Amino acid sequence: MQPATAVRLVLVALGVLLLEVLCRTGVIDHLTMPPPSEIARDLVALLASGQMNGAMLKTLLDVAIACGTATIAGVGVAVVIHARRALRQGLEPLFATYYAIPVYAFYPLFIVLFGLGDTPQILIGFMLAVVAVIMSTLNGLDRVSRVLRKTALVYRLGKLQTALHITLPCAAPYLMTGVKLAVAYAFIGVIGAEFIMSNTGIGYEISFAYNDFDNAIMYPLIVLILVLSIVVNAILSRWEAALLQRRTHR
Amino acid sequence: MIRRAGPRAWLRNWNGSITIVGLLLLWQLVFEIAGENAMAPPLATTLYLLQLLGTAVFWSNVAATGAAFLLALLIALALGLGIGFALGLHRFSHAVVEPVLVSLYAVPKVTLYPIVLLAFGIGLPAKVAFGAIHGVIPMAIFTMTAIRGLNPVLLKTARVLRLPHATVARSIILPSALPEIFTGIRVSFSLTLIGTLLGEMFGAQRGLGYLLMQAIGLQNVRMIMAVTLLLVLFAASVSVALLAIDRRLHRAVRDSMIA
Repeated sequence: MQPATAVRLVLVALGVLLLEVLCRTGVIDHLTMPPPSEIARDLVALLASGQMNGAMLKTLLDVAIACGTATIAGVGVAVVIHARRALRQGLEPLFATYYAIPVYAFYPLFIVLFGLGDTPQILIGFMLAVVAVIMSTLNGLDRVSRVLRKTALVYRLGKLQTALHITLPCAAPYLMTGVKLAVAYAFIGVIGAEFIMSNTGIGYEISFAYNDFDNAIMYPLIVLILVLSIVVNAILSRWEAALLQRRTHR
Repeated sequence: MIRRAGPRAWLRNWNGSITIVGLLLLWQLVFEIAGENAMAPPLATTLYLLQLLGTAVFWSNVAATGAAFLLALLIALALGLGIGFALGLHRFSHAVVEPVLVSLYAVPKVTLYPIVLLAFGIGLPAKVAFGAIHGVIPMAIFTMTAIRGLNPVLLKTARVLRLPHATVARSIILPSALPEIFTGIRVSFSLTLIGTLLGEMFGAQRGLGYLLMQAIGLQNVRMIMAVTLLLVLFAASVSVALLAIDRRLHRAVRDSMIA
C-alpha cells in the first residue's frame, strides 16, 4: 500500500473515532447525531430487516435508467454534432452555461407535467447527466488523431469499421469519464429530486425519517448513500485510469 | 489574424442567438403540447415575471436568496482557496486528500441536508452552510490542481532568487494559476447557487427556493415558470460573463508563455 493511501485511511479512521468520542461524551447531543458505531449497527439492522429494499431498488433503478439513457443519448448527440461544425458552434454556448442553471428549478414543472411518479426524477437525473456525456464524448472524438483517420481512409474502412476499430478505442477513456460523471450526476439528480418531493425512494425515506426525528433510520440511510456513491465512483475512476493507461501505452 | 477572428466572432454570436431562439421555440412547442394547466408560454411568463418584479414581496424573497447566496459564495471561495493553496503546495498532503475531495465531489450532497439542518437550525445559517458545502469542493479542487500544475522552473527560480513567501505567492503563483482558479470560481458560483436554492426548498421561510416549493403546493404554474425563468436568466448571464473572462485569462497566459 502506498504511504499516502495508508495515511488517508488512518485519517478517515481517526475522524470517525473523533466523532464517536464527541457523540459519546455528549459534545454532540444524541438528537443531533448518534455515535458512528450506533449508526453502523442500525444500518446492518435496517438492511437485514429488508424494509428499505423496495426504496433502494426503486432509487437504483431510476439512477440506472437516467444514466443509461443519458449515456446513449449523449453519445448519439455528440457523434451527430461532431460531424457538423455550425451546429456544434451554435450549441457550445448552451453547453458551457448549462451547469450554471439550477436544474432542480425545473423539477416543480416536471411534476406538473408528468405527475409525481418516477418520470420527473429520472428526467432530472437525465438532464444533469446528459450534457456531461456529450462534452466528454466530443472531447474524446476531438482527440482521435488525424493520422489514424487517414489510415482508415487509406485502408478503405467502412463507417462502421472505422467506428469499431479506430474511433471507439481511441475515445474510450474519455467516454469512460463521461459515463463516470453520468453515474454521479444521475445519483445526485434522482436522490435530490426524491428528497425535494416524491413518495418513494431512498431520498424520500431520508426526508421522511428527518421529519419524523427518526435518527435510527435517517443516519444509516445517509451513510448508505454516501458509501454507495463513493464506491461506485471509485470503481469507475479506476476503470477510467486503466483505459487511459492502455491508450497511452499503445 | 484579425481578419480571421472578426467574422468568426460574429458567427459565434449569431449561433448564440439562434440557440436562444431555438430554446424559446421549444418552450412554446412544449406548451402547445402540454397545455395551460401544466405550463405557461414564454411571453406570458415574461410578463408575469415583470409584474412580480414590480412587487415588494417578491423583491424581499429575491433579497433573501441573494444575501444567502453571496455569503455562501464568499465562504466557499475563501475556504476553497485556502484548502487548495495548502494542498497544492504540499505534495504529500495533496496525495492524501485529493481522492477524498474528488469522491466528495461526486456524492449527492442533498442527503447531508438533514444533518446541516440539525446542526444549524432552520434559517439563514443552514442555507448559507448548504450553499457553501456545494461550492467549496470544486473551488478547492481547481485551486489545488492549478498550483500543482505550475511550472516547477518558476518555483525554483523563486528559490534561487530567495524571494520571500508573500512575494512568491503574489507575483508567481497567483498570476500563473489564476486562469485555472478562475475556472474554479465559475464552477463554484453555479454549484453554490444550486446549493443555496436547494437549501431554501427544504428549510426556509423566505427566498426563491421557498417560493418554488410554495408554488408547487398551490399548483401555481405561472409562479413556478416565472421564478425558474428568473433563475435561469440570472445563472446563464453571469455564467456567460464569467466564461468570457475565463477564456480571456486562459488566452493571456498562453500568449505570455509563447512570448
